[in-house]
Amino acid sequence: MSTRKIVETTINGEPTEFICEPRQSLLEVLRDVLGLTGSKEGCLTGDCGACSVIVDGRVACSCLMLGPEAQGKQITTVEGLATGTTLHPLQQKFLEHASLQCGICTPGFLIAAKALLDRNRNPSEADVRYALAGNLCRCTGYDKIVRAVMDAAKEMR
Amino acid sequence: MAASPKEGAKQFRVIGTRPIRPDGIDKVIGRARYGADYSFPGMLFGKVLRSPHAHARIKSINIEKARKLPGVKAVVTGEHLPNLKNETIAMGEQPMNPHYLSLNILARGKVLYDGHAIAAVAATNPHIAEEALGLIEVEYEVLPPAMTVEDAMAPNAPILLPELRSKDAPDKPTNIASHIPIKRGDVEAAFKSADFVVEREFRTAMVHQGYIEPHNAVATYTADGHATIYCSTQGPFEVRALSAQVLGMEAGKIRVVPAEIGGGFGGKTTIYLEPVAVMLAKETGHPVKMVMTRGEVLRATGPTSGSTIRVKMGCTKDGTITGAKVWMAYEAGAFPGSPVGAGMLTILAPYNIEHAQIDAFDVVVNRPKTAAYRAPGATNAAFAAETVIDELAEKCGIDPLDFRIRNGAREGVPGPMGPYKRIGMIETCEAIKNSPHYKSKLTGPNRGRGVATGFWFNVGFQSSADVHLHADGTASVVTGSPDIGGSRASMAMIAAEVLGLDFNDVRPLVADTDSIGHTDVTGGSRVTFATGLAVYEAANDVVRQLKERAARLWERKFDEIEFHDGKVSSKNNGVPPLSLKEIAGKLGRTGGPITGRANVNARGVGPAFATTCVDVEVDPETGKVQILRVTCAQDAGKAVHPSYVEGQMQGGTVQGIGWALNEEYFYDAKGQLRNAGFLDYRMPTCLDLPPIETVIVEVANPGHPLGIRGVGEVSIVPPVAAVANAIYRAVGVRMTQTPMSPPRLLKAIHNKK
Repeated sequence: MSTRKIVETTINGEPTEFICEPRQSLLEVLRDVLGLTGSKEGCLTGDCGACSVIVDGRVACSCLMLGPEAQGKQITTVEGLATGTTLHPLQQKFLEHASLQCGICTPGFLIAAKALLDRNRNPSEADVRYALAGNLCRCTGYDKIVRAVMDAAKEMR
Repeated sequence: MAASPKEGAKQFRVIGTRPIRPDGIDKVIGRARYGADYSFPGMLFGKVLRSPHAHARIKSINIEKARKLPGVKAVVTGEHLPNLKNETIAMGEQPMNPHYLSLNILARGKVLYDGHAIAAVAATNPHIAEEALGLIEVEYEVLPPAMTVEDAMAPNAPILLPELRSKDAPDKPTNIASHIPIKRGDVEAAFKSADFVVEREFRTAMVHQGYIEPHNAVATYTADGHATIYCSTQGPFEVRALSAQVLGMEAGKIRVVPAEIGGGFGGKTTIYLEPVAVMLAKETGHPVKMVMTRGEVLRATGPTSGSTIRVKMGCTKDGTITGAKVWMAYEAGAFPGSPVGAGMLTILAPYNIEHAQIDAFDVVVNRPKTAAYRAPGATNAAFAAETVIDELAEKCGIDPLDFRIRNGAREGVPGPMGPYKRIGMIETCEAIKNSPHYKSKLTGPNRGRGVATGFWFNVGFQSSADVHLHADGTASVVTGSPDIGGSRASMAMIAAEVLGLDFNDVRPLVADTDSIGHTDVTGGSRVTFATGLAVYEAANDVVRQLKERAARLWERKFDEIEFHDGKVSSKNNGVPPLSLKEIAGKLGRTGGPITGRANVNARGVGPAFATTCVDVEVDPETGKVQILRVTCAQDAGKAVHPSYVEGQMQGGTVQGIGWALNEEYFYDAKGQLRNAGFLDYRMPTCLDLPPIETVIVEVANPGHPLGIRGVGEVSIVPPVAAVANAIYRAVGVRMTQTPMSPPRLLKAIHNKK
């Protein structure tokens, strides 16, 4: 196993070093190596968005990135959204609007929504639906998710 | 305000409000633990080898090479499992056959579908386990598959299960697992008395529940023969009982810890990986984690049946249905047990139809064994019946909602389980009729509006609840019902209502199988109804004990003591009332801690109805259907937490829309699933949808002290038919096959021209 790589990266603002095999996905590294199990595995093919993370400002499916590709990158996971015990407005609005039922897709939606609001403070409903189209939710029919994101955007303006 | 609903039926303090769910924070910060999030020191990773063939005899399995791969700790096959009796036994919600259940966990003799499990490996990491699967040598004799009910019912069909016999032909092998006929009245005479008769044949494609979280299980096994299973399941007690059956263990030696669950919709009411993880843990002495890939989920876990349904229905000119005749065959998958029985009982349930005849067939085919999916069997059935009803209404020149109201079931009308008590079928139709949506004008070319109504039984079954009163006057509520969509909140709300506490002073917990009494699955729309009843009774048990303590403190008779608004008082005055908090502080001195308990086998189930209205626009160039607007009206009985009731209505509606427009299992001629991934198994995204409008109807269930019916399922029943009816209004073609995908609709439009 001499093929293992040492990777230096930044996760949720924290300089982080890990060792992984080249074949390990970033999702596997986050979950199994670093214990950050907030990012979820729904498909491993980049179709469901449950594993979404923000990499240098852009949403990425961590199941489609290899661990070594995190080298030198700034990565945000769902664990990095709240500040201490203060929830991010998106997290708070998801709770208030009952935007989650089972909650397995929630981390990915929060990440995709944060990436949207980081670049567009005043999104239309169509903007929100477009930005979240890479994330599947099977419980809610998306209605309450879209409302929460619109409401959070309003509050953050 | 009265805490007891018997004293003030409509007045609630907590019920009907919208508090934040107690488990919500963990779920938005990524800390909630789902099955795949569990890890233990020394844990191994398990993977399953699956059949690439739809139907084949297993000639040999050689595991030696796989066993020798460095890092591999165990390899098991079906030969390691006991052979179980081929018999149908009652268990929880559905009857089960231990023999077939076991064969589905790990095949023996034959494989019966693409994806059928054959062997499993445990290794030090998942990649090695996967490599090892490639080293297992299986020799097959490939057999021709039977993929549809028509294939499987044909005279010379390949036979899946050689021992299977039908009552219709007890001497001959068959793929018909059961044929259920029912008949009331004289249906042929009813058609003669009709002015209009419509007869159509419908086909629905097999579809998957599509939960985002794949099946998972982490198992430990200790030297004293005890196993613990951590998994995402709707039914921890079912996992325990079924795993014990398959493994030949005593159920008492298995503890199941229900992890958070990432969706189920009925698909997580049975077992797949759980006993295999225990086998591997036993073999190795290490904890073993198993998680399915999405491909495995689609190939090998519970879709719901595709079906063929023929409906003939007649009505008089004034719009009174005279009779109905139905023939329906559902794909069971590889082993008996489709929801055709429920399909049969639900298909005419929303209406008062005197003369009816139904023949229902459960047919085994070379596809995965079906599992429950939200109102199992009812959506297929409603697609057929509600399309024919739409056509009859049109022939009569009557508004489709008025036609439904005219024939609609109400109190006293015979229902599938006996005469209906108070139900809300008519009210859901009226709610749509009065909705801003239905009152709005739909204009523009290629646009149409459709409606449909659906029925679901809802179920009761067994639940347990403990309510612990703490010294600071707060309480915790312990149940055995996994929280799949906010039920912790409704359990805490019911307890808070009874105890006169604030919602935030009640903490709800979901316990493992050693920590709470038997509780049936989170399914059948039963948690808020039945577990809610247990919580209601357990909280009232706390109230009874509080009154006993007050009687003792005040040296009064128990009958003198009253409990209102969280305070204990005496009818005869003389003593200042004591708040629950004050008594809680004195528990040690008045006899010790208080726990209220209740175990119920809930009766008084209240059936659910939903009526859905959909506006569509069809692109005549491509056949693509855009959903412009949709409204679901559903009878909740009493909505405990309206936001989560709306959530169930919205989620079910959207699953129904996916079923209508896009979702299908696509098998090739060899019986291999060609769309085993979320790219090609196309579920709705938020870009495909408008807002999902809801109207909560509350016709109190007379069988529940709080009027609760249960809301989880019925919303999925009407949308497929409603979409089909809307498409007809938009472009004039009656779609009789799901999914109503662009190529299929385009073809129908062309054929019409």
